[in-house]
Amino acid sequence: MIKRIFSIKVENRFGVLARVAGLFSARGYNIDSLAVSKTEHDDISVMTVVVNGDDRILEQVKKQLNKLIDVIKVSDHAPQSSVQRELALVKLNCPPAKRGEIIQLAEIFGAEVADLACKSITISINGDPEKIEKFIELSAPYGIKESMRTGLVSIQRDKEK
Amino acid sequence: MKIKGAQIIVESLIKENVEYMFGYPGGVVIPIFHEIFNAPIKFILSRHEQGAIHAADGYARASGRPGVVLATSGPGATNLITGIATAHLDSVPLVVFTGQVSRDMIGNDAFQEVDITGITRPISKHNYLVQDIKDLATIIKEAFYIATTGRPGPVVIDVPVDISNSMHKFEYPEKISIRSYKPTYEGHPGQIKKACRLIESSKRPIIYSGGGVIISDASEELREFVKLTGIPITTTLLGMGAFPETDPLSLEMLGMHGTYYANTAVHESDLLIAVGARFDDRVTGKINDFIPDAKVIHIDIDPASVSKNVMVDVPIVGDCKKILAAMNKEIKPVKIDEWVKKIKKLKKENPLSYTEGKDENDIKPQYVVEQLYKLTKGDAIITTEVGQNQMWAAQFYKYTQPRSFISSGGLGTMGFGLPAAIGAQFARPDKKVIDIAGDGSIQMNVQELIVAAQHKLPIIIAILNNGFLGMVRQWQQLFWEKRYSHTCINFAPDFVKLAEAYGCVGIRVTKKDEVADAIKKALKINDKPIIIDFNVCREENVYPMVPAGKTIKETIMRELA
Repeated sequence: MIKRIFSIKVENRFGVLARVAGLFSARGYNIDSLAVSKTEHDDISVMTVVVNGDDRILEQVKKQLNKLIDVIKVSDHAPQSSVQRELALVKLNCPPAKRGEIIQLAEIFGAEVADLACKSITISINGDPEKIEKFIELSAPYGIKESMRTGLVSIQRDKEK
Repeated sequence: MKIKGAQIIVESLIKENVEYMFGYPGGVVIPIFHEIFNAPIKFILSRHEQGAIHAADGYARASGRPGVVLATSGPGATNLITGIATAHLDSVPLVVFTGQVSRDMIGNDAFQEVDITGITRPISKHNYLVQDIKDLATIIKEAFYIATTGRPGPVVIDVPVDISNSMHKFEYPEKISIRSYKPTYEGHPGQIKKACRLIESSKRPIIYSGGGVIISDASEELREFVKLTGIPITTTLLGMGAFPETDPLSLEMLGMHGTYYANTAVHESDLLIAVGARFDDRVTGKINDFIPDAKVIHIDIDPASVSKNVMVDVPIVGDCKKILAAMNKEIKPVKIDEWVKKIKKLKKENPLSYTEGKDENDIKPQYVVEQLYKLTKGDAIITTEVGQNQMWAAQFYKYTQPRSFISSGGLGTMGFGLPAAIGAQFARPDKKVIDIAGDGSIQMNVQELIVAAQHKLPIIIAILNNGFLGMVRQWQQLFWEKRYSHTCINFAPDFVKLAEAYGCVGIRVTKKDEVADAIKKALKINDKPIIIDFNVCREENVYPMVPAGKTIKETIMRELA
């Protein structure tokens, strides 16, 4: 099992997401994360798909993705050669006594307080997946009430000569 | 001038030179049928939508032109599903129109509404839901283009009824360009050279040719390639006819029920030249033991087929016809006399065979197929159902021309043969068309008999009637302790009376010496379909057989005592 990140440029049309997702689901593969957005071109969308699976099968999926009529380009994004970011919202148990501690932790990670209530605090953090993992790990002892992530977006680094 | 959406559809079909269309009416397609009524398109009304789509498929395979289908929404559309999947797996170009409820009703569980683009997504090459009348003509143009180019396949166009009824100017695009769809036709010259050098240095090469050769009309180039190199050739089920099976270098079909010499030659080869074939599991058997010593050259238009099941050493992506033509220019002579000699010996010593029945009156199904071959001089178009009948039709009829064998290979769709024969006969009125059927399969779309009768098509339906779902029974016998669970179907209709009820001729044959006469009699009839009910030996099996997932070494050659 290996993790792969596919960046898929597609025609900005209805039904394309279902076609792309179908190629994974038909093989019993669960998509770990998926982010869809517009690009610099109005008529092109980009889908960033993170998936774990057998390398040979994922290679086949990549070829099948390329075969879809609405798919313009499929790229593999290796972590070394691409910039990757995601955003997480984490709602933590936060009695007033713990506020300072948690805010301090957030500051270390460059995260911000998105919302504050009597007994909870919501932190918004963005960055690469490892950073987010680490923050979630360190905030877990306070008690995570709810947490969610946007899914990875990824852009290839330009090569410097 | 503005015309109705329904008229735009019909005018577009005329622009595409559509001669035949197959389908069945229903509520939301009445506007389209209204326009078809006076159009210069021959509309063939099936008696079940599945019959329509298999007929369109048979038409496409026999003619090389796209088959066109029209059915209504809901059940009309879902009845097409098996036919769409059949065409998808065998790369058959179809353009399938389905009606849809009007746009404002979509998603409301309206009467006869299904999400047909959702349902057909994984089984079609592409599909469309028309949402704007101004896109309609372009979508139809694109659909024909996508269906017939690259690796062909079925394209579905779902047309809401209000689109059919609304008005727009008709402008049919002359040309189409889709930025995300650019099939590769020309093979890479470097790869072609590399392949040729590999062939020239090989000692035991084999050509493994598939349906792609027939689809790309590369039969002539393939024959030339064999002539230039003298390399023995085996074909897949769907590749039969691309190279004459009567030629000494032909090893006929390979795979689960392929000839022993084809499978052995492939197994012992040091170079497998795959042309328009996709290493299906029915071909390879146990994949790890498939070609232990061989390098692989793979010529295919679909890059996704390359290194899918078998790792390929020299892939050449592109059109078989163009690539073979280029190779014919590039290739230098090969020295493989010893190998060819060995294969010819193998062929001589292990012919396809069957034993005579215990009683002299017993009819062996293989004998029926042999007689059909003999009496048609190998010149008929054979369609098949699926199962034992299909395999015997593949083994004992010798195919020498492309598009003369029409069968559901990938999906293995029972009930395909009769409607496919109807479509093939429309495509090739000059040819004798024979559906080699089983008593099980024929009952799956037997309603289409009336279509053949209505149009006076002299199709012969040769039922190899053994009172069993024979292929499953064979597996039950060999691998499932002879527990014939629900495969005995000898509570059956009287096929002669059935033929007569449908205005066809029915002939029953119960003795071996009546076989030839019955076929001769049927061949003389030219204004109606003929069912010949051959009462064959009930528990005859198809051999050789490489059991599923097993290796060539485990081939079962004949009945074990």
